[in-house]
Amino acid sequence: MDAVTVTDLVVHRGARQVLHEVGCSVPSGQVTGLLGPSGSGKSTLLRAVVGAQRIRSGTVTVLGRPAGSAALRSRVGYVTQAPSVYADLTVRENARHFAALYGRGAAAADAAIADVGLADAAGQLVGDLSGGQQGRASLACALVGEPELLVLDEPTVGLDPVLRVELWSRFHALAAAGTTLVVSSHVMDEAGRCDRLLLLRDGRLLSDSTPAELRARTGTDDLEQAFLSLVQEVAA
Amino acid sequence: MTTALSPRLTSATAGRVLRQLRHDHRTVAMLLVLPSALLGLLYLLWADVPTPPGQPETFDRVGLTMLGVFPFVVMFLVTSIAMLRERTSGTLERLLTTPLSRLDLLLGYGLAFGLAAAAQAVVTVAIATTVYDLDVTGSLSLVVLIAVVDAALGVALGLLASAFARSEFQAVQLMPVVVLPQFFLCGLLVPRDQLAGWLQAVSDVLPLSYAVAALQEVGASVEATGTMWVDVGVVAGATLLALGLAAATLRRRTS
Repeated sequence: MDAVTVTDLVVHRGARQVLHEVGCSVPSGQVTGLLGPSGSGKSTLLRAVVGAQRIRSGTVTVLGRPAGSAALRSRVGYVTQAPSVYADLTVRENARHFAALYGRGAAAADAAIADVGLADAAGQLVGDLSGGQQGRASLACALVGEPELLVLDEPTVGLDPVLRVELWSRFHALAAAGTTLVVSSHVMDEAGRCDRLLLLRDGRLLSDSTPAELRARTGTDDLEQAFLSLVQEVAA
Repeated sequence: MTTALSPRLTSATAGRVLRQLRHDHRTVAMLLVLPSALLGLLYLLWADVPTPPGQPETFDRVGLTMLGVFPFVVMFLVTSIAMLRERTSGTLERLLTTPLSRLDLLLGYGLAFGLAAAAQAVVTVAIATTVYDLDVTGSLSLVVLIAVVDAALGVALGLLASAFARSEFQAVQLMPVVVLPQFFLCGLLVPRDQLAGWLQAVSDVLPLSYAVAALQEVGASVEATGTMWVDVGVVAGATLLALGLAAATLRRRTS
C-alpha cells in the first residue's frame, strides 16, 4: 500500500511555476529519497505532502486522506530544512513541548532525544548548540510523536559522515518498525541509501524507481552519473 | 482547519511561552521593574508642582491611567516580536502541522503573557500605592484586573500586528502606529468630552479609551460601578475580536 500518492500536482509560487504535473507514490514502511539539485522543488513537494503548501491543481493523498487533513496531524511528522525549534529553550524543553502537542509524555521526549544522540546535551539551550545538533534537536521533536509518516527536508545537511551514517541507520530502523519516511537530499551519494528514489529537476519528476532499477535503466553504477544521463535523456 | 479548542494544548503552549520567558532573565526583570521605575519618574515630575485646592492630585490621575497603559504597550511589543519569531523561524509552520489548533496557540500566548502581566501589575500597583502614595478610591484588585485585561488587549493586537510585519524592524515600528493614537485619544492628555466631534468618534472606537475610562471609574468610586464593568467588557470584547482576526492571519497553507 502507498502511504503517499501525488497526482498531477501543480504549484505556483508567485509568478513562477515550481511543480509541473508531478505524479509519484511513496510506499509504506520504506525510506523514499527525494533527490534533486537546489531549487528543483523538493521542499515545495514535501510541504504539499504535509499540507503546508497552497497548490494550484492536482491531488495529494496521505495515509488515505487529503494532505493536511486534521486527522493526519497526529500521524505525520515534519522536519523543515532550517531547524524549527525554539532556540531559547533547552533540547529537553523543546522535545517535551512537541511531545505534549502529540499527547505524549516526558518519557517519550527523553527517548526521542536519546534516539538522535543528544542525551548529553538535553539540558542545553538549542541556541547554544552547533548547527548539526540543532538539526537533530528538530528531528527529535518530530520523532517524539511516533508518526506513521515522517517527512524530512534535508536532515543530514551539515552533519559529519559518522553522524550521517548513524542517522541513516536510524531511518532504516524506523522503516523496519513500520514507519514510512520521505527524505530529501541534494547529495546524490545518499540516494544509494534509499529503498526508493524520486528524482526531481526544475519542478518535473525525472524518475520514480528503486536505485537498482535506475542503475539498470541508465547502465551505470554511479547514481550521480545516472541522474545526469536522465537529465540528458529528457533534454534530448 | 480545526478551530476546536483543547485546554491541554492551550496550557502546553502557555507553559512553553513562560519557559521561554524564564530563560530570558533580563526580559523578566524589565517586565517586572520598568513600569514601576517609569511611574517613579512621573511621580517625581509632579512632586513639587502645587495642586490647586479642591482638585485631585495630577499624579493620581496620570499614574492611575499609566497603570493601564504600561501593560498594554509592553505586552503589545513583546507579543508582536514573539509571534513574528514564530512566523520567521519556521516553528509556526511546524506547529500548524501538529494537532495544535490556531486558537490553542493564540490563547496559549494570551494566557502566558496575561500571567506575566498579572505579576507585573501586582508589583507596579504595590509600589505605586506605597512608595509613590498613589491614591485610588476604589479597590486595588480591580486596578490589577483592568491592567491584566489591558495586557490581554496588547497581546491580541500584538499577535494580529505580527501578521503585517516581515521583519523585527517593521514589527517595532508598528508599536507607535497601534499604540500612540490610542494613547493620544484615550482621555489622559485631553478629556474625551473636550475633543473635536470627529476625534471623539475615533476615540470611541479605540479600545484603550475604555480601559482608561474603567480605571478612572475605579479611581473615583469606592464600589465597582456598572459603567466600569461595561468598559471592561468592551476591552475584553475588542481583545476577542483581535484574537479572532489574528487566527484568520494564521494560514496552514501558504504559497
